[in-house]
Amino acid sequence: MDLNSSPETGQQDTGLTIAGKTYSSRLLVGSGKYRDLEQTRAATEASGAEIITVAIRRVNIGQDPKAPNLLDVVPPSRYTILPNTAGCYTAADAIYTLQLGRELLNGHKLAKLEVLGDERTLFPNMPETLKAAEALVKDGFDVMVYCSDDPIQARLLEEIGCVAVMPLASLIGSGMGILNPWNLSLIIEQAKVPVLVDAGVGTASDAAIAMELGCDGVLMNTAIAGAQDPIRMARAMRLAIEAGREAFLAGRIPKRFAASPSSPMAGRLK
Amino acid sequence: MMEIVLNGAPHPLADGENLQQLITALELAGKAVAVAVNRQVVPASLWPQRILQPEDKVDVVRAIGGG
Repeated sequence: MDLNSSPETGQQDTGLTIAGKTYSSRLLVGSGKYRDLEQTRAATEASGAEIITVAIRRVNIGQDPKAPNLLDVVPPSRYTILPNTAGCYTAADAIYTLQLGRELLNGHKLAKLEVLGDERTLFPNMPETLKAAEALVKDGFDVMVYCSDDPIQARLLEEIGCVAVMPLASLIGSGMGILNPWNLSLIIEQAKVPVLVDAGVGTASDAAIAMELGCDGVLMNTAIAGAQDPIRMARAMRLAIEAGREAFLAGRIPKRFAASPSSPMAGRLK
Repeated sequence: MMEIVLNGAPHPLADGENLQQLITALELAGKAVAVAVNRQVVPASLWPQRILQPEDKVDVVRAIGGG
């Protein structure tokens, strides 16, 4: 573990604890949209992420069975693999997908639930998300859940027993950044489980802002994989997450309407 | 011969064939795949005893890149 400690107080960041397991990285990454598996491997490594989310899809029957597999380059022995339900539009499909994901990963319980509402927005369908979350928690899954940035929905998901709530900051893949910091703050303020921004981050400052608000972590994919240089952006995101977290722990100055001089007024030359 | 639905497409199969035989024929034995029949997950240990019936819907999945 490489947890940051404060030079002033020696106080350590406690790390990100999800479902009883503590991670030193607060950056979670997706594995989609990369040029190839080698770029996936290199960017994932550069990000410092310990949790990587994967999609569950039907095997292409007839394709070369010896072709390299995603899990060869991001092995479950090194990373916590988070199967997701990307592309599911009903609770039933999401539940089925994660049951297969659990089997694929030898009974691994941690999963990312998302149930989408429509293709244009990829906004979550919250009634279906709540239905799926309830069934999955009952079935023994540790559910991290993509949700709207609505504090009431987040609270309902927490009451169901989800282990992390993951509101969008803006639309999936949009790169529009943190559009409603006030809603995120309301969710963070009340939550007793980790709150992670899942979706919308475009560049490093967006990730830093999420962490400065007090988010416990950020999950991103397109911002890294879609950058001109994904490996460099992965490193930028790692640094931004650390910087934002440190700034949150350090406690920022209040904003003021008027200036406040940095140098003492006494002893000025006249 | 009979026909099952494999990953959404018709697939011919010998009568009485089990899931293990199907997965082996697809060269997927020992690979990181999970299998369900009629939307019920079948653990790998039970593949040999799961005899397939005509029109069974078999899904074979793997992990791929996604966010």
